[in-house]
Amino acid sequence: MADLVAVSITVNGKLYEKAVEPRLLLSDFLRHELRLTGTHVGCEHGVCGACTILLDGKAVRSCLIFTIQATGQEILTIEGLADLVEGPAWHPLQEAFRETHGLQCGFCTPGFLMTLIPFLEENPDPTEEEIREALSGNLCRCTGYQNIVKAVRMAATALKEGAK
Amino acid sequence: MGASGKYFGKEMKRSEDQQLLTGKALFVDDVDLPGTLHVAFYRSQSAHARIVSIDTTAAKEREGVVAVYTAEDMGEYWQPGPLLVPPPPVEGKIFHERTQVPLAKGKVRQAGEPIVAVIAKSRYIAEDAVNDIMVETEEIAAVVDLEKALLPETPLVHEDLESNLAAHVIQQKGDYDSIRDKADLLISRKFHYDRGAAAAMENRGIVASWDEKAKELVMWDTTQAPIPLRNGFAAMFGLSQHQVRVIAPFIGGAFGPKIMMFYPEEVVCVWATMQLGRPIKWIEDREENFFATTQERLQIHNAELATTKDGIILGVRDEFLHDTGAYDPYGLTLPINSQCNVLAAYKVPNYYSDFKVVFTNKPIVTPVRGAGRQHGMFVMERLLDIAAKELGISVVEIRRRNFLEKDDFPHNHEILFQDFAPLVYDSGDYAPALESVVKAMGFEKFMSEEKARYKAEGRHVGIGIVSYVEGTGIGPYEGARIRIEPTGKVSLATGVGTQGQGHFTVFPQIVADQIGVPAEDIHTVTGDTRDFDWGTGTFASRGAVVAGNACHAAALALRKKILLHAGRHFEVEEDQLEIGDSHVWVKGSPDKRISLADLAGLANPHRGAVQPGTEPGLEATAYFGPASGSTAFGSHGVILEVDPETMMLKILKYVVAHDCGRVINPMIVEGQIHGGVAHGIGNAYYEQVHFDENGQIQNASFMDYLLPTANDVPHIECMHSETPSPLNPLGIKGVGEAGAIPVGAVFAQAVEDALSDYGIEVTEMPLSPNKLFELMQKSRTTESTEDTEGV
Ligand code: FES
Ligand code: FES
Repeated sequence: MADLVAVSITVNGKLYEKAVEPRLLLSDFLRHELRLTGTHVGCEHGVCGACTILLDGKAVRSCLIFTIQATGQEILTIEGLADLVEGPAWHPLQEAFRETHGLQCGFCTPGFLMTLIPFLEENPDPTEEEIREALSGNLCRCTGYQNIVKAVRMAATALKEGAK
Repeated sequence: MGASGKYFGKEMKRSEDQQLLTGKALFVDDVDLPGTLHVAFYRSQSAHARIVSIDTTAAKEREGVVAVYTAEDMGEYWQPGPLLVPPPPVEGKIFHERTQVPLAKGKVRQAGEPIVAVIAKSRYIAEDAVNDIMVETEEIAAVVDLEKALLPETPLVHEDLESNLAAHVIQQKGDYDSIRDKADLLISRKFHYDRGAAAAMENRGIVASWDEKAKELVMWDTTQAPIPLRNGFAAMFGLSQHQVRVIAPFIGGAFGPKIMMFYPEEVVCVWATMQLGRPIKWIEDREENFFATTQERLQIHNAELATTKDGIILGVRDEFLHDTGAYDPYGLTLPINSQCNVLAAYKVPNYYSDFKVVFTNKPIVTPVRGAGRQHGMFVMERLLDIAAKELGISVVEIRRRNFLEKDDFPHNHEILFQDFAPLVYDSGDYAPALESVVKAMGFEKFMSEEKARYKAEGRHVGIGIVSYVEGTGIGPYEGARIRIEPTGKVSLATGVGTQGQGHFTVFPQIVADQIGVPAEDIHTVTGDTRDFDWGTGTFASRGAVVAGNACHAAALALRKKILLHAGRHFEVEEDQLEIGDSHVWVKGSPDKRISLADLAGLANPHRGAVQPGTEPGLEATAYFGPASGSTAFGSHGVILEVDPETMMLKILKYVVAHDCGRVINPMIVEGQIHGGVAHGIGNAYYEQVHFDENGQIQNASFMDYLLPTANDVPHIECMHSETPSPLNPLGIKGVGEAGAIPVGAVFAQAVEDALSDYGIEVTEMPLSPNKLFELMQKSRTTESTEDTEGV
């Protein structure tokens, strides 16, 4: 077996120091080492977007990154999403997905939510076309995307009002 | 009737979303038992070959590998899987049962068929060890082409059979031949409908754990049918059903292939945990999903439609081939569905239908959303479109003239359906659904004005409108149990599993009104054989219909029990009582009021004796089994634009009118339609599993197999109507597959219309930019030859 490499990674505000195989995928590290199983794996080849997390604030696919590449960086997963906002139990995006029925089986959902966080930060007032473009890197087999588009609009409004 | 109330019929938000949106829902791959070992499979590289030798020495020596198994190691537990659905009793049918085996022995019949199972401390090591394995094979020509498969010189997929014929069935009504001569118009065409993948976002997964001391097997499985799986494994391994618990936790979409049971991986995982006494986990990867998970839907139809000069259908004759892949564990469900769905929404007095099921060296075919229905629909809708063109009437008009009418129901089509009952449509009203789409699409205006305007602008825009029916909610039965505990907690358990349909919300909606508790407070368990172990599963758009009505029946039974206990407690007649707000009280006497929690306590006394004829506790179990399926229906309309340079499509408008009887939760029904249409769009224009002549899949990844994205699926306008089914107390019909069924047909019509200048005819699905280009080239060449001939 290959030698283990020490990594120190902050996930959802908590620092983890571990020794891992160099080939360990970040998705497997999060899911099976840290037991943060909210990040899902749908293809393991970078297309479906289910494994999307935030790495130093950017949406990335955790199935395409080795754990050792993430050392010294900060990760946010679905489990830490609600902590981004103060007060209410969850993030306006989570609320909006529930309100609009933006999820069915929910397997793709964490990936969509994580993709949308930086998108809405950069585009607080997106058009439908911009929303669809932003979603087009994440696959969903259940919803036909219509209610996800609706959810993004609702969340954008809520976030803007929250910011006021 | 529970069909209207505080909850039933309302747009209630989903109870399961809280867990799913916070990453706290349990999926199979999230199950993490101490001491778990991981399986990886060595899979056949060839689609058709004899196995000469298997060398696992190096794999066994690799550090971290615990066991390596081949078919031989399984001894008497190596058995072909059971036939999941026996063929229906159609006279004169032929059916050869050949079901999948846990690990290939002697011969492989499809690429990806498992040959060796490696069990190791981690999935990484198990996969490394798979690469250590050497399997020597002797290639046999692969049977890939469906039409050639039955030729005498073609190699045999199953060598003990005389040919690759798996089944042959003829069903008919009336006498097609006798009307053929009298017809004013005969349209005959060949239609082709190819394979797609179900492509649920979650691949399959299994965790199986045998506890040697408790003598108990627990299995988490991404299955649509936990109870039959439990029963089957108990039988297979000589256990009592109570020693086996199958749990279908949250499942990341299913769409059909997860109803397939006793997949090789399932059998191997269960057998291996019993060998090793340690939990065994297998999580499929996406590539395996393309090869080793079942698929649908290659069929080739040669069909003929006979009509009068007014376009009235006299009869249909259809002969088709159905590709079942390497094995046929699912019996004849799919081709029977296709055979029935050719009749679609119309009066067809004479029908002759003959199908042959064919073994090929491709992945096994079992239902995928639509389950054979879209083929039948496609054939009939296309024949009508072509006839309309010949007769110079509109596509809408020819449908109007042939619809079954309101008074025709129940309508007996006289052939057998997949549930072995005659194909009887229970209720419907097809014309209004079509008219509402015609109106919403602005069909008349499009034809009279807009089409010409687009044309003048040099744009290729076309319109399509088709109708569909969907036989849903078949038996045999489902059940439900509801319990009110002395703490006031209410639990509801049913056997069907859930893969995103909102069962945790809609089943409580059905129950809450009857027993007077908030739907949000009902704790629902689905798909865990510990909590409920009678039933079959989630398939054939039947969850809401069959399990939903079982929940209703259990709620009524529990209501009766509440009234009985409260009547005794207050010493009043039951009709003096009212139920609501988690309480029951005597009408007009506000002080005579007891909470359901306290009543549950009284119903389970610590001392004294339960009254004769009374069961302890506030609990009821009930079952529901419909005599036959209920038939949902609707119409789809699309306006789309083709870019003649790139052949890419842009959907300008998509309208759905659908009727699935009484609606429990309109938000969820609409979501099912959206998802179905999206799946249908994929199958119509983007998704196709491509095989080469050796039976290898050419596009086994999401990079090459294109699922529709948010840019490809348009906004879908939905219109609802409700024609209650008389076949169940709630009047509901299923909706899970409806959205996907008519999309191919409506695309074909609209694409033809958009490219009417080129005179193309669409007789195959899926289309793609390439295929459209070819069709245009072909029509150009035909045109130019015709021109030459004319000179
Ligand atoms: S699992 Fe990472 S993109 Fe699909
Ligand atoms: S909700 Fe099931 S894949 Fe998106």
